[in-house]
Amino acid sequence: MYKVIYDGSREKKDHKTVFSSTMMDLIETDPDVVYLDADLMNSSGTMALWKKHPDRAFNCGICEANMMAVAAGLSLGGLKPYAHTFGPFASRRCYDQVFISQGYADNPVRIYGSDPGVCAAFNGGTHMPFEDMALMRAIPQAYVFDIADGVQFEWVLRKVKDADSGVQYIRSTRKNNAAIYAPGSEFEIGKGNILRDGTDLTIIASGIMVGDAMAVAEYLAKEGISIRVVDMFTVKPLDVDLVVKCAQETGVIVTSENHNIIGGLGEAVAAALVENYPVPLIRHGVEDRFGQVGSVDELREAYGLTPERLTELVRKALKRK
Amino acid sequence: MDTRKELALKFFASQIRLETFRQVANLGFGHLPGSLSVADLLAVLYGSKMNIRPEEPNWPERDIMVMSKGHAGPAVYSTLALKGYFPMSWLMTLNKLGTRLPSHCDRLLTPGVDMTAGSLGQGISAGLGLALAHKVKGIDAKTYIVLGDGECNEGEVWEAFLFAPQHKLDNVIVFIDRNLKQLDGTTAEVLSLGDMAVKLEAFNWHTQTIDGHDIVAISEAIDAAHAVKGRPSAIVMNTIKGAGVKELEEMEINHHIRLSSDMSERGMKVLEEAHAALAEVLREHNVTPIPTALDRE
Ligand SMILES: Cc1ncc(C[n+]2csc(CCOP(=O)(O)OP(=O)(O)O)c2C)c(N)n1
Repeated sequence: MYKVIYDGSREKKDHKTVFSSTMMDLIETDPDVVYLDADLMNSSGTMALWKKHPDRAFNCGICEANMMAVAAGLSLGGLKPYAHTFGPFASRRCYDQVFISQGYADNPVRIYGSDPGVCAAFNGGTHMPFEDMALMRAIPQAYVFDIADGVQFEWVLRKVKDADSGVQYIRSTRKNNAAIYAPGSEFEIGKGNILRDGTDLTIIASGIMVGDAMAVAEYLAKEGISIRVVDMFTVKPLDVDLVVKCAQETGVIVTSENHNIIGGLGEAVAAALVENYPVPLIRHGVEDRFGQVGSVDELREAYGLTPERLTELVRKALKRK
Repeated sequence: MDTRKELALKFFASQIRLETFRQVANLGFGHLPGSLSVADLLAVLYGSKMNIRPEEPNWPERDIMVMSKGHAGPAVYSTLALKGYFPMSWLMTLNKLGTRLPSHCDRLLTPGVDMTAGSLGQGISAGLGLALAHKVKGIDAKTYIVLGDGECNEGEVWEAFLFAPQHKLDNVIVFIDRNLKQLDGTTAEVLSLGDMAVKLEAFNWHTQTIDGHDIVAISEAIDAAHAVKGRPSAIVMNTIKGAGVKELEEMEINHHIRLSSDMSERGMKVLEEAHAALAEVLREHNVTPIPTALDRE
């Protein structure tokens, strides 16, 4: 069970710390866990892991394609590989290796693509994946997680350790998000979490947008508008039952994601609705644009990934009911 | 090369270092050390070798420089600004929202930047494509491509190393910025490259190894490379990541750094002093510096 502690405050621990301490623990408690990185250990906080366990933490250098297929081989050899690089390089730069050697040949690897979407900030357009979920969703039987907070991040990292099939793609910032869950919260893969109940409309959000969705629901409650908020952290396989239930009970849906509205959470929800229980839907996200440099806050503003824009879209959606 | 020309180029390199440092210090963070390691090369290319028209950046017969290690943008931008491609004031917009000068080189944003880079390994391939286009169209222009040594980890780079000799791209020079470092540490610790010169020779490249901070050596190596016909040239440049600022050179992990205001002050002081000393030498030898945008401002 999970417990929601959202009150608008930021998490105390950044996700880089969550990742590095969780990986250290996984390596030290399960002899089958191995870690791979592509010259971004300093960025993922795993330098200490590399120095302490050079026999099971491997720096592959700037060779994402090789790393992903080596990871597939390690999996084939009976180990449980985790591989990290920045999101664009964990998806685009090595897509065929992930698709074929891991997916098609069924050698599960747990991939952490860091700094998704606007979280790439000052690294700019070449480093800013608004399409990583689209790519990973298109791999048959892959799992795609868009992480809302550090508690969930750690839970997912631990949970996927024993995955025996399917590419496991986890996207998360390295910094701090809004705190959503109480420590020790438990989740279920493939199940969305209702964070707040409501009757007028459902916002289905993922990743960094979950906190914004909560803020918008709180704000609109003051006007007497009752919004349900769902954290759909497993973007694939999608919790279709929950989507349908929300459509039935609230009659209209807005999705919200730090990703292109093409190919991500919004499209997944749209497909589930159209096939099962059509109700009006608006997708909030990046509207088919490339990345650019800026701070996360400036970029949120530039791409409309703000509570203000989400509020606007919610009002628009309510009119379509 | 005569001493006067050498001095003028050294002075230009020193200006590039200063402006690069100032740019990144103004922002407070960035890929400064990897930018400083290519400053001397850029000075020689833009100060004496390249056939370019800063007032007409898209002149079809221009020589081309592709910064495949795209994170060295700041060094490229100071060079281009000094050459007059855009106002010096742009340098203070480095990496800010809406800037024309993003952290990684972007051909759609910056006049004088011919290819976008930042996803390591791709710039060399695009550079070879440009050089091949020149051959197909009968344009007599050179393509200069700058690779990081860490960047040479990428398999694509070795595909490019195979491609260029196959297509006899003797209008290309690839420079390898062999500063022995990448992001997580030394290239030896992360993924050892071994002897790049031997490897490039084996791939049928005309190969030279030089001190990448020696203006004369860079210049002579480029001339020697141009004399080679029928195959591409590589110049392995032994360099120092952070060259010119000891404090940066000595940092163990110095890929992307944060500059405190103290560090910025110290670094600017070191570079300004070196620059002033060089200016003095130029005066003694009656050498006129290479004209830059600063003369006009
Ligand atoms: C495909 C890809 N993978 C990873 C990165 C992240 N990254 C940026 S620079 C860098 C290290 C580059 O080392 P090197 O080429 O030697 O550059 P230098 O040390 O000269 O700055 C890394 C890993 C990237 N930009 N592109």
